[in-house]
Amino acid sequence: MRIRKTNIFYGIDWILILFYFILIFIGWINIYSATVTDKQISLINFSTEYGKQLIWIGFSFPIILLILMFETKFYENFASIIYLISLISLIGLFILGKNINGATSWYDLGGISIQPSEFVKATTALAIAKLLSDKQFNLKKWNTQIQAFLILLFPAILITLQPDPGSALVYSAFIFVLYREGLPIYYITIGFVAIFLFIITLYFGYLYVLIGSLLLLFIILLLFNFYRKKALKKGWLKILGIYLASTLFIISVDLVFNKVFEQRHRDRFDILLGKTTDIKSIGYNTNQSVTTIASGGLSGKGFLDGERTQGNFVPEQQTDYIFTTVGEEWGFIGTSLVILIFIFFTLRIIHIAERQKSKFSRVYGYSIAAIFFTHFTINIGMVLGLLPTIGIPLPFFSYGGSALWGFTVLLFIFIRLDANRSYEW
Amino acid sequence: MKRTGLLSFIIIFTGIIFIIRLFYLQVINNTYNKPTVNNSAVKVMYDYPERGYIYDRNGVLLVANQLSYDIMVIPREVKPLDTLEFCSLLNINKQGFIKSLNKAKRYSTRIPSTFLAQLSKNDYAYLQEKMYKFKGFYIQKRLLRKYPLNSAPNVLGYISEVNEDLIKKNPNYQLGELIGTAGVEKTYENILRGTKGVKYIQRDRFNKEIGSYKNEIYDTLPIPGKDLTLTIDSKLQQYGESLMANKRGGIVAIEPSTGEILAMVSTPTYNPNLMVGRERSKNFTKLYLDTISRPLLDRGLQAQYPPGSPFKVISALVALQENVIDTNTSIKCFGGYRYGIREEAFMRCHCGTHGSPVQLNKAIYRSCNSYFSNAYRKTIEKYPTPTDGMNAWSNHVESFGLGNFLNNDLSVGQKGLIPDGNFYKRYYPNGGWRAATTISNAIGQGEILTTPIQLANMTAIVANKGTYFTPHIVKSIKDKNLDSKFTTLKQTTIDKEHFEPIIEGLFDVFENPNGTAHWSKVKGIEICGKTGTSENPHGQDHSIFIAFAPKDNPKIAIAVFVENGYWGSRWAGPIASLMIEKYLNGETLKPWEEQRMLNGSLQDEYNKQLIETIKIEN
Repeated sequence: MRIRKTNIFYGIDWILILFYFILIFIGWINIYSATVTDKQISLINFSTEYGKQLIWIGFSFPIILLILMFETKFYENFASIIYLISLISLIGLFILGKNINGATSWYDLGGISIQPSEFVKATTALAIAKLLSDKQFNLKKWNTQIQAFLILLFPAILITLQPDPGSALVYSAFIFVLYREGLPIYYITIGFVAIFLFIITLYFGYLYVLIGSLLLLFIILLLFNFYRKKALKKGWLKILGIYLASTLFIISVDLVFNKVFEQRHRDRFDILLGKTTDIKSIGYNTNQSVTTIASGGLSGKGFLDGERTQGNFVPEQQTDYIFTTVGEEWGFIGTSLVILIFIFFTLRIIHIAERQKSKFSRVYGYSIAAIFFTHFTINIGMVLGLLPTIGIPLPFFSYGGSALWGFTVLLFIFIRLDANRSYEW
Repeated sequence: MKRTGLLSFIIIFTGIIFIIRLFYLQVINNTYNKPTVNNSAVKVMYDYPERGYIYDRNGVLLVANQLSYDIMVIPREVKPLDTLEFCSLLNINKQGFIKSLNKAKRYSTRIPSTFLAQLSKNDYAYLQEKMYKFKGFYIQKRLLRKYPLNSAPNVLGYISEVNEDLIKKNPNYQLGELIGTAGVEKTYENILRGTKGVKYIQRDRFNKEIGSYKNEIYDTLPIPGKDLTLTIDSKLQQYGESLMANKRGGIVAIEPSTGEILAMVSTPTYNPNLMVGRERSKNFTKLYLDTISRPLLDRGLQAQYPPGSPFKVISALVALQENVIDTNTSIKCFGGYRYGIREEAFMRCHCGTHGSPVQLNKAIYRSCNSYFSNAYRKTIEKYPTPTDGMNAWSNHVESFGLGNFLNNDLSVGQKGLIPDGNFYKRYYPNGGWRAATTISNAIGQGEILTTPIQLANMTAIVANKGTYFTPHIVKSIKDKNLDSKFTTLKQTTIDKEHFEPIIEGLFDVFENPNGTAHWSKVKGIEICGKTGTSENPHGQDHSIFIAFAPKDNPKIAIAVFVENGYWGSRWAGPIASLMIEKYLNGETLKPWEEQRMLNGSLQDEYNKQLIETIKIEN
């Protein structure tokens, strides 16, 4: 304890810190390339985006120090209060928020815009960690499951209402955390089956999927009838129930897709499934991003030499599409390296989380691993044309102060918690 | 799997998928790695390949290429110029100049657009000297189509500039490029077109060309289009067109043993060379706006008429197959057929005083309405309800390729109409229809509609005794096999033995002194055929004829339609027999009849009709 008081860096995981700096550095290099117009201007400059990003990076150091200075107990004891304050900041947006690009997700603090939803991920992770670390807590029970889901649903709904559904989608990452802590497997199974049914319903049309599922039902009933007559007698109600539920789901997918979704949403799915190939308007972003990445080839065109990056072909390249710059200028070598860094970064967080003695720290660590992973998957998947267009930032890469600070806070609270592991008894 | 491992597993799995996808995009499928067209530092030049030639079945050249020159413009490179001189060189006015330039600007200021298309060789020679004065404009060489025979525009089709809708859908095409928009040019566009070559040229920041881009590694050579050989016999085609001069209608001739289309005439026709060059759009508009004689309508494929008497062949075949008549069945004809008790419920028969009772053979060569009405009624009434009977009947008829698209390699077509039970159920929702209600179907009137190519195919089926290949227009493609759907034999629902008596009857149409086409008989060729007179509400009856020859081992099956040609043996019959003679013998033994057909005109009839239509409308 004595040593800790004098040195706030004692016991922190330098490997994670190293990852953090590598990601920040590569990210900034690419933001520079994507936004630079005149190389004569100095780097730290409020009029250019790379200059601003450098300032945000500079500001993240005091934030890191601040986070490291607090005691571990502080985070655990105040988790609920921090969570509630962050929810209030989300609600406040509806009154004081500033509308940028159609979403009221920002507070305008005299020239600097702050996006609270970037920080709510961390506070939600704290709240979930706090809830699950209770010894009495058992995720096998219905009422405890509902408590956990409510903690996740509040911020997710508030963010969806901004509307910023992409950021809200990140909260689905917590399903992995809950599963790790004892949530029954069928939640995950249902999730995957739902995604699968959703895609094939859009692709083949609900009629064919319904006919297919009916056929599948018959085959299953026949097989059971031949080989497991007894099991059929006991379980036929279950089988029928599953069938009816999926039928209902398929029909509602069709309804939601055609009645609730707007045309721009439908377009994104149609393009992804190859149903339309209009590369001039609705498919423009995806086509430009895939083309730009592909043009990099094996070894890329070199720093500042990507003609599509320099020619501003890709919209929003410094934010959601920053990975295209890596693709064009650094080639396959660069992109696969970035993917590997992200993979090892998240695996490292999981590894550290698993070695925690305190359940609170473990759940928190697991949560942030899942959040980083979800951001990474949705963003890269979209840029590579594997997922529909959903605008969420690539951690530490995308331009933007709130996102950078949000992810920094997320990571360093965990580093703080981990540094204390030897004192937890 | 342990709970702790799931997330790690999914993370690694996702990472592998992303790396595979990146490897595919960036290393394997690296076709995107071309200089971008919008890049101002690189200029793109296209090298257009030669479009494939088209030959007829005997190797006669039908479509070739000729050189032409397009003026291209890159709007943002245009510098102030002497508009007056430029316009007079190109022979355009100032409004046209501004209009074309604005159109190019709207498309893109960086990408070259066609400013003026298809200059002649002379204009080019003159202009080339002065081109240096006009910055932003350049001349692009291109190949145009040329039709040496001036024949068969409906078969060959034409090419035209791609429209903007298509460019949006298919990025392989650019504004100003040409694409087949009708006929064979359209259906075989991908084969004829070839692949255009691309040349990238590096420019410095003063827009001066400084050499090839990255040592030509991205440049490609044009790949010429493939040549096509059609099934058309150009001599027969031209002969058919001249026989049909001044008459509206269509001829389709098919080789029964292969399904190859020997001739496909549609009149009035036009010179295919009208669709080439700078006058193209003017000519096209003129043809397009001629809604009276409609030259752009391919009557052989698109015109739907009631088939009339030739359809009796099918009625008889279905009745034989359904076993409701045999060759000895006799029917008394009282100069017509009574299908109801009312006075007017009587279908008159023009078979004349040939003596009743009638048997199958005589019924065919005298075209007896009563006989086939009887046979049709028996077929329908064999089944418990008229709907069942009608469905069984239409099932047989549709197996002859009637009532639906033939699904061939022609760019246009029509389904025709063969009614079934449901058709009449919709028509008479409260029931109350019987075989007698639909009795006109028996003789090819009523609701039935067919196109000439369907009738020709039906004739070929009779000649083949129940089998056919889908009629098609392309005989062979260089280095490529013909689509297998044209080489698989199709079967009708009628047994082979039922065709024998029908063919005998069709033979007697020519042979028997009382046959309806006895006067068109040709010495030395055994022709089987059937006249037809199709009633229509607009004016005079249509003249129809189907025939095949020789009787054994048939070489040609033909269907002829002459709009408002009074009756079958007046126009269509002689034209069909002349066509057969021409194809089998090369010349006719009846030059007087040939002259009569070549010079005969129905223009007066059409004018009369037009005047009546105008009167009614006023």
